[in-house]
Amino acid sequence: MIRDITLGQYYPAESILHRLDPRVKLTGTVAFLVGLFLIKGWPGYVAATIFLFIMIRISKVPFRFIVRGLKTIFIILLITLVFNLFLTPGDRILVQIWKLRITDKGLYTAVFMAVRLIYLIIGSSLMTLTTTPNDLTDGLETLLSPLKKIHVPVHEISMMMSIALRFIPILLEETDKIMKAQMARGADFEHGNLIQRAKNLVPLLVPLFISAFRRANDLAMAMEARCYRGGEGRTKMKPLIYARRDYFAYGILVLFLAVIIALRILL
Amino acid sequence: MSIVLEHVTYTYSPDTAYEIHALKDVNLEIKDGQFIGLIGHTGSGKSTLVQHLNGLVKATSGHIYFNGEDIYAPGYDMRKLRSKVGLVFQYPEHQLFEVDVLSDVCFGPKNQGLSQEEAQKRAREALRMVGLSEEYEKQSPFELSGGQKRRVAIAGVLAMEPEVLILDEPTAGLDPRGRDEILDEISYLHKERGITVILVSHSMEDVAKYVERIIVMNQGEVLHDGAPREVFRHYKELESVGLAAPQVTYIMHTLKERGFDADEDATTIEEAKETILEAFRKKGKKI
Repeated sequence: MIRDITLGQYYPAESILHRLDPRVKLTGTVAFLVGLFLIKGWPGYVAATIFLFIMIRISKVPFRFIVRGLKTIFIILLITLVFNLFLTPGDRILVQIWKLRITDKGLYTAVFMAVRLIYLIIGSSLMTLTTTPNDLTDGLETLLSPLKKIHVPVHEISMMMSIALRFIPILLEETDKIMKAQMARGADFEHGNLIQRAKNLVPLLVPLFISAFRRANDLAMAMEARCYRGGEGRTKMKPLIYARRDYFAYGILVLFLAVIIALRILL
Repeated sequence: MSIVLEHVTYTYSPDTAYEIHALKDVNLEIKDGQFIGLIGHTGSGKSTLVQHLNGLVKATSGHIYFNGEDIYAPGYDMRKLRSKVGLVFQYPEHQLFEVDVLSDVCFGPKNQGLSQEEAQKRAREALRMVGLSEEYEKQSPFELSGGQKRRVAIAGVLAMEPEVLILDEPTAGLDPRGRDEILDEISYLHKERGITVILVSHSMEDVAKYVERIIVMNQGEVLHDGAPREVFRHYKELESVGLAAPQVTYIMHTLKERGFDADEDATTIEEAKETILEAFRKKGKKI
């Protein structure tokens, strides 16, 4: 039941997108998101759609798997859609039901906002699906390393991030296990009103928190036993080195942004 | 009264890169009052199998009948099934959550709809059964030792008075003494109450001593199903799937190979002793 959450999950496959340097993928995702917000009008969206479609195809991640990640934001999506649809003032009124009116501008914004949100999620989940959590934090650490000069603890932040990411599947599994164990003792997580349901969660949450603390404690101990003492002077087993395909990928990104900007200016 | 599994197949995360066939066409009948050992290597599907028996996991295909009723039939009361088929998970001490031992053990009976007094009565009985005296009742379950915590957790399921008790590796991580105590208590329960017990384990040694029937799982399939002595005859095959027969089996087979006329099917040390002495006696007569 909890296995359906794909946000932040890695999908193992052999593709050029998987092999790319994580720094490229991170900047690429940011570039794509920035591109999405620069778009004005449908030609830009067509360009973004083509770009995204090609990326999904070469990532070799099944399309169904990517779409599943959208389920979690479905409600947000719906709310945005409804609000934009009914509350945007415009010149021409298309439909009017009681006090709610749909204007041409409202329809236009609602559709484009929804598309933008969907692309946002797909774009960023494509990055996490093709990059292992370790690579991701490695990339982030290297990209943010200039901030060390102004005393931002970049290494510590990225270490915390990678631990947090690493623990998501573990805690999900643990939740599943404890849930089943309590269900075997007759617990009911699906019925009753809101207060009743919240109360029913106690037998799940208490053991979950205890196990999370226990795991954190064990991990801290194991790290200390291996003489971990922060990022000072720490070297890497697999340092990030750009290959030719990475420069090529940067080229494609620049091209994509150029197309988006050109479409914005010209049309 | 029995549990019947027909062509049960279960697949984790179907149609993705994570697809795993945990169970493949499993057919079993678990009769009332049996003491069964379910053995298999890590990842052989034994834990998945037992979670099917009380409806926590729904088979991808196939049917399961509890006392003749299809548990996947629409409208079947799963909670009732779960109170009849008690399942003690691996490391059950991780499920404890209440402020004191007694309330934790009461959780199951209360979910069955029993009154506070009745639930407490059952909880006390269950605690006695696992060998925890009255002084523990008001303690926090988190202050107990590992072995005691596990007893509390097992009592939590016993208090529901199930007809079938399934224990998933109840002795994992316990010291030899704790292991023997818990297994002895389970065996006693089986004899006293006549409940069906399914003991999941990967230790043949543990199982050989107690059970009357062994089911061996390998890669989601039932490899062997029979009395311990029948199953251990295939000890070479068991080795090839990462399991082992009890030490006694090896000794008895070696003796047989060397021309010693003892029963090689002995599965416990007691049986081995008897048959070896018997063989000596026979030999003595011949001379």
